Amino acid sequence: MNLTLKIWRQKDSKAKGQMVDYKVTDISEHMSFLEMMDVLNEGLVAKGEEPVAFDHDCREGICGMCSLQINGEPHGPDRGITTCQLHMRMFKDGDTIVIEPWRAAAFPVIKDLIVDRTAFERIQQAGGYISVNTSGNTQDANAIPISKEAADKAMDAATCIGCGACVAACKNASAMLFTSAKVSQFALLPQGRVEATDRVMNMVKQMDLEGFGNCTNTGACEVECPKGISLENIARMNREYLAASVAKS
Amino acid sequence: MAILDSKVPKGPIKDKWTTYKDKINLVNPANKRHIDVIVVGTGLAGGSAAATLAELGYNVKAFAYQDSPRRAHSIAAQGGINAAKNYMGDGDSNYRLFYDTVKGGDYRSREANVYRLAEVSANIIDQCVAQGVPFARDYGGLLDNRSFGGVLVSRTFYAKGQTGQQLLLGAYSAMNRQIARGKIDMYNRHEMLDVVKVDGKARGIIARNLVTGEIERHSAHAVVIATGGYGNVYFLSTNAMGSNATAAWKIHKKGAFFANPCFTQIHPTCIPRTGDYQSKLTLMSESLRNDGRIWVPAKLEDAKALQEGRLKPTQIAEEDRDYYLERRYPAFGNLVPRDVASRAAKERCDAGYGVNATGEAVYLDFAAAIERYGKEQAKIHNISNPSKQKIYDLGKAIVEAKYGNLFQMYEKIVDENPYETPMMIYPATHYTMGGVWVDYNLMTTVPGLYCIGEANFSDHGANRLGASALMQGLADGYFVLPYTIGDYLSHEIRTGKIPTDSPEFDEAEKAVKDRIEFFITNKGSHSVDYYHKKLGKIMWEKCGMSRNEKGLKEAIAEIKALREEFWKEVKVPGGSDELNPELEKAGRVADFLELGELFAMDALNRNESCGGHFREESVELDGEQKGEAKRNDAEYAYVAAWEYKGEPSDSVLHKEQLEFKDIELKQRSYK
Repeated sequence: MNLTLKIWRQKDSKAKGQMVDYKVTDISEHMSFLEMMDVLNEGLVAKGEEPVAFDHDCREGICGMCSLQINGEPHGPDRGITTCQLHMRMFKDGDTIVIEPWRAAAFPVIKDLIVDRTAFERIQQAGGYISVNTSGNTQDANAIPISKEAADKAMDAATCIGCGACVAACKNASAMLFTSAKVSQFALLPQGRVEATDRVMNMVKQMDLEGFGNCTNTGACEVECPKGISLENIARMNREYLAASVAKS
Repeated sequence: MAILDSKVPKGPIKDKWTTYKDKINLVNPANKRHIDVIVVGTGLAGGSAAATLAELGYNVKAFAYQDSPRRAHSIAAQGGINAAKNYMGDGDSNYRLFYDTVKGGDYRSREANVYRLAEVSANIIDQCVAQGVPFARDYGGLLDNRSFGGVLVSRTFYAKGQTGQQLLLGAYSAMNRQIARGKIDMYNRHEMLDVVKVDGKARGIIARNLVTGEIERHSAHAVVIATGGYGNVYFLSTNAMGSNATAAWKIHKKGAFFANPCFTQIHPTCIPRTGDYQSKLTLMSESLRNDGRIWVPAKLEDAKALQEGRLKPTQIAEEDRDYYLERRYPAFGNLVPRDVASRAAKERCDAGYGVNATGEAVYLDFAAAIERYGKEQAKIHNISNPSKQKIYDLGKAIVEAKYGNLFQMYEKIVDENPYETPMMIYPATHYTMGGVWVDYNLMTTVPGLYCIGEANFSDHGANRLGASALMQGLADGYFVLPYTIGDYLSHEIRTGKIPTDSPEFDEAEKAVKDRIEFFITNKGSHSVDYYHKKLGKIMWEKCGMSRNEKGLKEAIAEIKALREEFWKEVKVPGGSDELNPELEKAGRVADFLELGELFAMDALNRNESCGGHFREESVELDGEQKGEAKRNDAEYAYVAAWEYKGEPSDSVLHKEQLEFKDIELKQRSYK
C-alpha cells in the first residue's frame, strides 16, 4: 500500500517543531508499524536526509520504550498493544497517518518523536520499592502464603511497562494510572504493607511536583494502556492515600 | 597456562563457595564510602549488581543506553527462573540443578561456577519475593512451578509470561531505592564507548551522552560490564534493536579475552520471518512446550499443499502428522533442550516438510492440551457427559490463563488465532553462551574489570537451558560479584579518587572522538543497516544452526571483505553533537563486523559438535544415536579464550582445560 505520513519534526528540545509530510510506497500489510518507519528512514538516509528519530527497543511490546501518538491515539488504533506491535494491516492503501510524540508538559520533546520521561523515574525513586537489602538470609519465599487472588491482582498492576501512554491519552496529562499501578502492586502484598503509608504519600507528592495533572475519571488511560492496567488501581491509590493522610495527621 | 588461571578454590565442590567466602578479604563500611564502581548495563545482572554494591556502601555509577534502567532487554524474558527449591517434592536438589545445567551445556562449562549458581538459586527466589515480585501462586497461597526443557523436575518459578519483566522491575526498584539515597548515580541514555586502563588496571570508561553527543570521562576503582549478549551479530534475532556487543568488544580489544564466541543459542520457538523488511524476530516462550506438541505433516504432498496454501493444518488427520520430537526423543519429547529442538526443526524443514510459504516453519499445537485440560476441568466441576464444545471452552480457559499474553502476541503479529489453528514456529538466534572470559571471581583477564550475566561466558557451556539466564544474571549480580569484587577492592582502600585528567583518559577519549568524526565525515554510499543485514545473512547461512569447514572459511573471508567495504562506504547522516541513532548504530555494527569474524574462526577451530555448535563433520555415524551431534572430549574439552592482537585473524587462542570431577563426561542422551 501507499501512504502519506504527517510527522512531527523537531531538531532538539529548544527548537520549534513542525509537521512534515512524507510518502511511503509498497508497504506490506505484514510489516509492523515501526518497520514501516524503518523503510521511511532507509529512504531518507539514501537521499542524505536526517532520518526521523523515534524511541524503540525490544519491538515485542514489553520494554516500554516506543511511544508514538498515531492518528491522535497513543500506540495507534489497535487495543492492548504498543506501537511496535501495531501492524500495517490496521491501515489501508491511500491512508494519511499523523505521527506525533507524547504531548505532556512533564514529557518535554528531546528530538522529533522522542520525549523525556525521566519524571517517571523520579516518581519510582520516591517510593516504588520495598526496603529490603540483598542478603542470603531473607526468609523462605514460602514463609508468608499470599492468596492467589491478591498475587494475581498484584501481578496485573505490576505489568505496567512505564511507556507513558496513560499520560499522553489523558486530557489532564495525569500520571495517576502509572503511579497507582506501583502503589497497588505493593499495597496488595504483605511485603509491601510495611511501608505502604509513606510510599503512597511520597509517590503522589512527587507525581504532583513533576507537573502531571489530576485524575477526573474519564478512563482514557485505561482504554489506551497497552497492558490493560485497570482504573481500579487509581481507586485503590486514592483509598491508600486517604488512609495514609489520616494516619499521618 | 598461568595466564588463564580460573582461580577455582580447592576442596569438595559442595564447600568451595562457602569456604571461599569465609576467607576472602572484606572492605570495612567506612572505606567503602571512598570506593567507586562503574556498572555498565542495567539488566538483571547489572541492575542487581548496582543495587547490591550500593547497599553495601560503594559509590556506584550505572549506565544504560535506554531512557530508564527498567528497559534493558532482560525485561523481555518470558518463561521463568530456575531454582532448586524442591517445593514440588519431585526430587530436585542443588546437585540436580548443577547436573542438569552441566549436562544441558553439553559439558563445556566450568563445574565450580555452575555448582555455585545452583547453590545460590534458592536465595534468588527468597530475595525476589521479599522485594515484592508477584510470582504465580497456587490456591493455597504458595509459589507455583512449571517445567522447562532438558530437565525432569518442575523448578521454574514464573510470573505469567513476563517473568523477566517482574524480576527486572524488582532489581530496578532496588536500584531506585539506592538512586534516591544518592548511592547510585544513574546515567540513562549513555553508551560506553571504551574502557580506560591505568597501570594495567581498569580505572574508568569513556561514555557518550546519547542526547547531547557529549563525550564524558568516568573513573572508578573497578568496572563491571553487564551489557548482555551479541546475538544481534545475526541482524535478525530475538534481542532488542539496541542490544549490542560494543562494551564487551571494546574491553576485548583492551585485553579481556573473549571465550567461545561460536556458542550461540538458536531458540526453537520463534515466530517465522515473513519478508526482507523484517527488523527482528519474536520469541514464543519455551514454556509453551509444556503443553504444545510440535509436528509437521508426515507426507510430503501435505507439506507442499500447506506451503501453497491449499490445505489447512486442522484438515490433516492425526495419523498423517509427524510429532518428530516425540518420535525421536521419547524420554523428553517436546521438552528436549533448545539446541536439539532447533536442529530437529531444521532437519524436517530442510527435508521439505516445512509448513508455511517459505518452507521454514513447523507447528506448535495446543489442541491436545485444550482437550486434556477441558476433560480435567469437567471432572473437577462435576460435569457429566460434557459436550465437545464444553470441553473446548473449559480447556481453552486454562490455556488462556497460562499463556494468554503469548497467544495474544502471536495473534497480533501473525493475524491467526492460535486457539483455533496451530502456531507456526521456527528457530531464531536468541542468546549467546559465549562471551568475555572470566575467572571464578567473574573478573576478566584485565585486573579490576569484571563481566557478569550474558556478557560473560561462564555458566552455560555450549547450550543454555531454559529459565537459566535469569538465574545466572541475578546470581551474578545479587550474590556472587558483591563478594568477589570486595576481595579485589580491599586492596584499593588507600588508592584515593581516580583522576580523569591522566594521559590514559586523554588517549582513550581521543580514539573515541576520532572514530565518531570518521563516521560523520565519511561520504559513503550505503546505510549502516545495509551492512548489518549483509553481515547477518553471512552469519545465519554459514555460522547458523549447522556449520562446516568450507562455509566457515568462506564466512571469514566474506566478513573481512564486508568490513573493509564498510569502512570505505558507510554513510552516517546527522552530526556528532546531537541525538543521532544512525551514529550509534554505526559504532555497534563496526564492532559486530569484527566479532563476527572471530565467531567464525572459533567455530572453525572447534571441529566437534556440542550444544548450539553443530559441525556437519562431527556426527554419530551409527547406533541408537545415529545422526546426532558428536562431541569430542579428547580434543575439545576446553574453553577457547581468544586474545586480541590487532585484526580478528591475528587473535591468539588460549585454552582453559575443563575438569569434570563431580560429573562423569558422557554423551547427552534425551532419547
